[in-house]
Amino acid sequence: MDVFKNICIILVSAILVDNYVLAQFLGICPFLGVSKKTSSALGMSGAVTVVMTLAGAVTWPIFKYLLEPNDLGYLATMAFILIIAMLVQIVEILLKRFIPSLYNSLGVYLPLITTNCAVLGVTLLNIEEFGKFYEAVLNSFAAGVGFALALILFSGIREKLESCDIPKCFRGMPIALIAASITALSFAGFAGLFGI
Amino acid sequence: MENRSLWKIIKNGLLDENPTFRLLLGMCAPLAITTSASNAFGMGLATTFVLICSNAVISALRNVIPKEVRLPAFITIIAGFVTIVSLVMQRYFTSLYDSLGVFLELIVVNCIILGRAEMFASKNKIIPAVADGLGMGLGFTAALIVISTVREILGNLSWFGLSFFGEDKTGMLFFILPAGAFFVLGMLTAGMNLISEKKPKKTEAGCSGCPSAGACQGCGEEGGCK
Repeated sequence: MDVFKNICIILVSAILVDNYVLAQFLGICPFLGVSKKTSSALGMSGAVTVVMTLAGAVTWPIFKYLLEPNDLGYLATMAFILIIAMLVQIVEILLKRFIPSLYNSLGVYLPLITTNCAVLGVTLLNIEEFGKFYEAVLNSFAAGVGFALALILFSGIREKLESCDIPKCFRGMPIALIAASITALSFAGFAGLFGI
Repeated sequence: MENRSLWKIIKNGLLDENPTFRLLLGMCAPLAITTSASNAFGMGLATTFVLICSNAVISALRNVIPKEVRLPAFITIIAGFVTIVSLVMQRYFTSLYDSLGVFLELIVVNCIILGRAEMFASKNKIIPAVADGLGMGLGFTAALIVISTVREILGNLSWFGLSFFGEDKTGMLFFILPAGAFFVLGMLTAGMNLISEKKPKKTEAGCSGCPSAGACQGCGEEGGCK
């Protein structure tokens, strides 16, 4: 039962309470950059979730079994960014070769993920917070889902904003930031849910 | 003549192409750590140091790094300097290190640094590249301090940790919450737009300088990915 409870807590915490985008400010660049259309938001969030889960699953064992026992913990940032860059390349090549239709819809977003700070942020937070492998992988996956939820909700709001009459100086990014503020405020309502 | 053009490069980063308010690059840190002005100051200086060093090294190696693998090479150089900064900070400024948390390490993926490496350092000599790093870094620091000043004064009734009305008075919680960060940044950007509307319009920073430009061709965003 403990394991099940743990799983639930990690899921709720990473998706809603400590949403990586709206509560921890990781991955703001794609959040603001690819949220103009819901279709591109869907593609981006799919790609991020896949890469994040993989990155979580690869970096945690590398840190725990390779870097930490050899007192190389300070190399984590350097090692992780190279691992993420490599993973993105591998996913891209595999998709291109085996699932071309998925590659066509996700392909353009994949290289952008290397510089998505949410991915590096999740891997670095994983090694600080979680002692078990399944927790780290689950947290990475949940962070991806949380990112997807925030991005898709927000892109819906921005599509509606397109047709609004907005004062000139607020057009574009300023109004998007204000909308993000209101979205973040609604997510702040999850704070304290289930005592997390 | 030489000195004047260097000054121009620095001023460009501080005002005309301010990375936070104008280019809207590297937005994670300005939102996350601007709850207090002293955090913002430390983060700004750390980023400035990494920018200057990485610009200098990348500019020095610009003829050695093959074009095909330049992004991984740049990122490795940047990650090296970030590790130096975080080790130094952990040793000598422990409280600042603790309050910046994971965002100190995340300077690696700050788009400003990779963007300047790609846009400026890989095409220019060392001295202009250092000046560009200095200007952009100071512009970033200034933006962080402006945002955090607004948030700390309204949210915490203090500035650089100095409390105005004694410790027991609390400000508006909204400005300390994540929502307040988005709100303040939105208002400030709108204010910058209002001021610049009166001036002749400058060209947007399009895809030409973006490190990810090769990747997002045809992503269909007008005016580049901001």
